[in-house]
Amino acid sequence: MTTTAIPPEAKRAPAASPRSRTARRREGAAWVFLSPWVLGAIVLTLLPMAVSLYLSFTDYDLFSPPEWVGLRNYTQMFTEDPRYWRSVVTTLTYVVVAVPLQLALALVVALALKGMKRGKAFYRSAFYAPSLLGASMSVALVWRAVFNDGGTVDNLFGTGGWVNKPGWALLAVALLTAWQFGAPMVIFLAGLQQIPAELYEAAAVDGAGTWRQFLSVTVPMLSPVLFFNLVLQTIQAFQVFTPAFAISAGKGGPADSTLVYTMYLYDRGFVASHMGYASAMAWVLLAVIGVVTAVLFRTSRSWVFYASEGDR
Amino acid sequence: MTSTAVSRKPLGRGRIAVHLGCLAALLVMLYPLAWLLATSLKPADEVVASLDLLPGHLEWSNYRTALDGVNDVSVWRLLGNSLLIAGGAVVGNVLSCSLAAYAFARLRFRLRGPLFAFMIATIMLPHHAVLIPQYIIFNQLGLVNTYWPLILPKFLATEAFFVFLIVQFMRGLPRELEEAARIDGCGPFRSFFRVVLPLTRPALITTAIFTFIWTWNDFFTQLIYLFDQDKFTLTLALRSFVDASSTSAFGPMFAMSVIALLPIVLFFLAFQRFLVEGMASSGVKG
Repeated sequence: MTTTAIPPEAKRAPAASPRSRTARRREGAAWVFLSPWVLGAIVLTLLPMAVSLYLSFTDYDLFSPPEWVGLRNYTQMFTEDPRYWRSVVTTLTYVVVAVPLQLALALVVALALKGMKRGKAFYRSAFYAPSLLGASMSVALVWRAVFNDGGTVDNLFGTGGWVNKPGWALLAVALLTAWQFGAPMVIFLAGLQQIPAELYEAAAVDGAGTWRQFLSVTVPMLSPVLFFNLVLQTIQAFQVFTPAFAISAGKGGPADSTLVYTMYLYDRGFVASHMGYASAMAWVLLAVIGVVTAVLFRTSRSWVFYASEGDR
Repeated sequence: MTSTAVSRKPLGRGRIAVHLGCLAALLVMLYPLAWLLATSLKPADEVVASLDLLPGHLEWSNYRTALDGVNDVSVWRLLGNSLLIAGGAVVGNVLSCSLAAYAFARLRFRLRGPLFAFMIATIMLPHHAVLIPQYIIFNQLGLVNTYWPLILPKFLATEAFFVFLIVQFMRGLPRELEEAARIDGCGPFRSFFRVVLPLTRPALITTAIFTFIWTWNDFFTQLIYLFDQDKFTLTLALRSFVDASSTSAFGPMFAMSVIALLPIVLFFLAFQRFLVEGMASSGVKG
């Protein structure tokens, strides 16, 4: 049975048959197509990762050769560097505030636009615009001015400038991120449009109201998209740099309250020339992002619903 | 039409409320941009003294001052530098990412599965994990303070996100066209350039637009690699305004900010339909 199932020419094809020659040529062609990517993956990704892991166990200032110090960078980071912990807490606070705020805005606006017949394309583009402009230095400078003493927010609410108040300054950074909710909104909107209308009709026949339909149809059907957005935005949020840099005028102040992780990494590596220490910081960041992503994937089993699961 | 209109009569008011809510949200959202435009045209004495959004009179000289640039480097020079980097990045990404994507989407080779998984994993890799050794490599090669570290990586398909985006698109193309090309005697290279690449245009345009905008907005990489004033980009030149504490320079500073945003706005207006759809399909399929 098993022997007859295998076509005779595939069983022991002679090496020089025209078929395998084409196959080999195609394999060769594949590597030609891949060559830029392979070169980049080795020289600009794998090698640098290995080198930065090595450097994280050394003292290195770019000029004299790296000096092996074992785990000292890591122990110093975890036990003797209050600014490091400050930057960790700042970054975590920022992630926990900015990401849910951004995704909530994205979801609410997507739901509002979903059933719209007129003006949907216009709103979609208009709400999306900040996502393209928001990462720029120009907008970060606007943010600094608007939230500074005498800026719009100060004048409107009489709170004084947020930029100079610890805690509030970080909120200004988070608001700049939340302002760019257009990108996840577009993805939510596309996800909402893929939910079959029959599900809502069936729910309505069963007597489900708007709220019930949202909870029992929209939320589960949208959960894969929500999960995708959550992972993507969380990973990005951990690497925030430009807005914190611009809003604090490059200093991470006031009182280090906007000194996010990447800013402190930049400070240690490129301002203070402690490349070994900065490499150790980069590897901890990599590990933390890896762990957070893994945790998100693990918890997703209990709340992300894949409609096609039954088919598999 | 009529039946839904009848059954959803109370929704008429609801729909108006949704529109009003969206418009109100839009006003708040677009305020910072309006503020930017208004401030770029305000005379120095009005920036702080007046709370009005609109300038009392339009101070076009802010733009003339902005065109002089920063530290004797004219805005045209800065704009040219920014365009050179962004343009190089676009060409590099479109070329290298489509090449790699074709191999992953259509060709068979050993280790295809593991390499594809590795490529996907690098999408999530934080840039900072490779930043310092990359800097050291470029430093050893004497390429720091040149544009090579900013452009060369794009020619090596390091932005895996775009490889993935193009792979997804190519997988949706009908195989029959390539089969036909092969029967007509086209090798993999000819069928890539003649058949597949033209069909992949939408994904390539999406790649080009996002590469342009992300490179244009990029600050961190430029900050660490470029030192000379005359090699600065618009973003780096704006950064030197950051420390300025006085508001007297606000007009010219924000005039320059507007100039720096113009290329993105033009790109957005020209391609926005394309862009939003490309973004949505890549996201949902992912």
